[in-house]
Amino acid sequence: MGLRKRPTKKVNKKVAKKVTKKATKKAAKKAPKKAPKKTAKTTKKKAKKVVALPGLGNEVHLFNSLLELIRVTSAEMPDDIQKVILEALAREEKNTTAEYAMNIIKANIELAKKKSQPICQDTGTVLFYVNHPKELDQIKFTKTLHKAVLAATKKGYLRQNSVDSLTGENPGTNIGPGHPAIHFHQHNKSHLEVSLMLKGGGCENVGAQYSLPHNELGAGRDLAGVRKVILDAIQKAQGKGCGPGVLGVTIGGDRGAGYIHSKELLLRRLDDTNENKELAVLEKDIVETANKLGIGPMGFGGKTTLLGCKIGALNRLPASFFVSISYMCWAYRRQGVKLKNDQSIQKWLY
Amino acid sequence: MKRLQYPFSQEEIRKLKVGDMVLISGKIYTGRDAVHKRLHEGVKPPVDLKNQIIYHCGPVVLQDKKTKKYEVTAAGPTTSIREEPYQWEVMRDYGIVGVIGKGGMGPKTLDGCKQYGCVYFHAIGGAAQVLAEKIKSVESVNWLDLGSPEAIWELMVEDFPVVVTMDSHGGSLHADVDSSSKTLLKDFM
Ligand code: SF4
Repeated sequence: MGLRKRPTKKVNKKVAKKVTKKATKKAAKKAPKKAPKKTAKTTKKKAKKVVALPGLGNEVHLFNSLLELIRVTSAEMPDDIQKVILEALAREEKNTTAEYAMNIIKANIELAKKKSQPICQDTGTVLFYVNHPKELDQIKFTKTLHKAVLAATKKGYLRQNSVDSLTGENPGTNIGPGHPAIHFHQHNKSHLEVSLMLKGGGCENVGAQYSLPHNELGAGRDLAGVRKVILDAIQKAQGKGCGPGVLGVTIGGDRGAGYIHSKELLLRRLDDTNENKELAVLEKDIVETANKLGIGPMGFGGKTTLLGCKIGALNRLPASFFVSISYMCWAYRRQGVKLKNDQSIQKWLY
Repeated sequence: MKRLQYPFSQEEIRKLKVGDMVLISGKIYTGRDAVHKRLHEGVKPPVDLKNQIIYHCGPVVLQDKKTKKYEVTAAGPTTSIREEPYQWEVMRDYGIVGVIGKGGMGPKTLDGCKQYGCVYFHAIGGAAQVLAEKIKSVESVNWLDLGSPEAIWELMVEDFPVVVTMDSHGGSLHADVDSSSKTLLKDFM
């Protein structure tokens, strides 16, 4: 995941790239000698990889992989998130409403997985992040993706959740202008990586964007100001976003880019560390301070208000300084797959 | 842990206080945006709401093709504040004694709770599967013309877990937590 990795160790990435390049060169040199030994099948596959591109020759595989990605994202909580939820449960005092809420959340995660049913019935905005080689035909890929979303909706992995904004009409397909959201990013690798996030409406509604300086809060155009507005957003959200939640926060960008990027930050693993030291400190500080506010799970009062905070920055105009905050509820549904050349699933990303 | 058993009564409801963890058993009705809007427009409810509980929920309901029986597969609460303009009227005009939802409601509803004897129960947002398990059967459906999620579903529940966050004595956990967190925040700014 380019995005997920972006905030962590750029240096390593460069090194890794060099190594891969060398390795590929070596492989290329060796390839002709080895080729005759390979079975006809593998040769075919290789040929396919070059000529038939993702979304073309292996459409059935791609469809199946995407459908499975949607099912798993909707029904199974990724490990890194489950871990912090269990930690939050352990932190709450016994026989409190906070513990009660966390226990039900835990039971719900287990039950959803067992029954292969949506963790929350609001299966949210469907957001895809596609890292692809330069050959990808985005139009064809999108067609297959839409088919998978439609099938997932029919099977009940996704609720019929996308309505016409003007008429309120629900076509029942989850497909329409802007939905599902698909973000394509080209990478220098030959495989496809598709991540999916299902972001509920309740938590999306408590997201916020601030323009600094913010006089009322006394927030200036620096990290101290950023901290103030983030804390303000947490206090305003109370339990309405189905807390305890996780924040994605983007400093800078224009209004649109800021919000988009703030969601992309939610692709980071919860246990990673920001490569920017100052931001790493701020992330930790936000979580600790939020948890001192006593808002607690569902806003019942308690020790855990926030499970995590991920902060990133985009360039901005000298004239603007936006802080864009996306709130993700405890039902933090995101997964990803790395696909093989035949578009079947090679591995899960979380 | 307290238990609330159908038939519900004003008397039982008045005993509940903010912070009570309650398991509800018996009959409840779903009702969300379209139902509240229609009631507000003066249409009489198709069921007697006296001493009943309304659940802000758009359930996912499947119907067995052969037996025609309904089954609820997901049933978490939806955000309640959208019914803030109407909820007190439903208390006044039709005598409901409980509202289940999430996120809490505002001063109009809190006033209504006090005046007409009603409480606000907070269900656990997002816990669709756990809550669906507590729904034992679907007894009837009304106003299906509003669409399945918006219809009035009559559900039989058993040990449905909720927390009283607004009581009939003017107490609101939401108002309390909001103001205490605001005060605490000042120190951290
Ligand atoms: S905010 Fe999240 S947990 Fe709550 S109802 Fe929406 S999707 Fe579900």
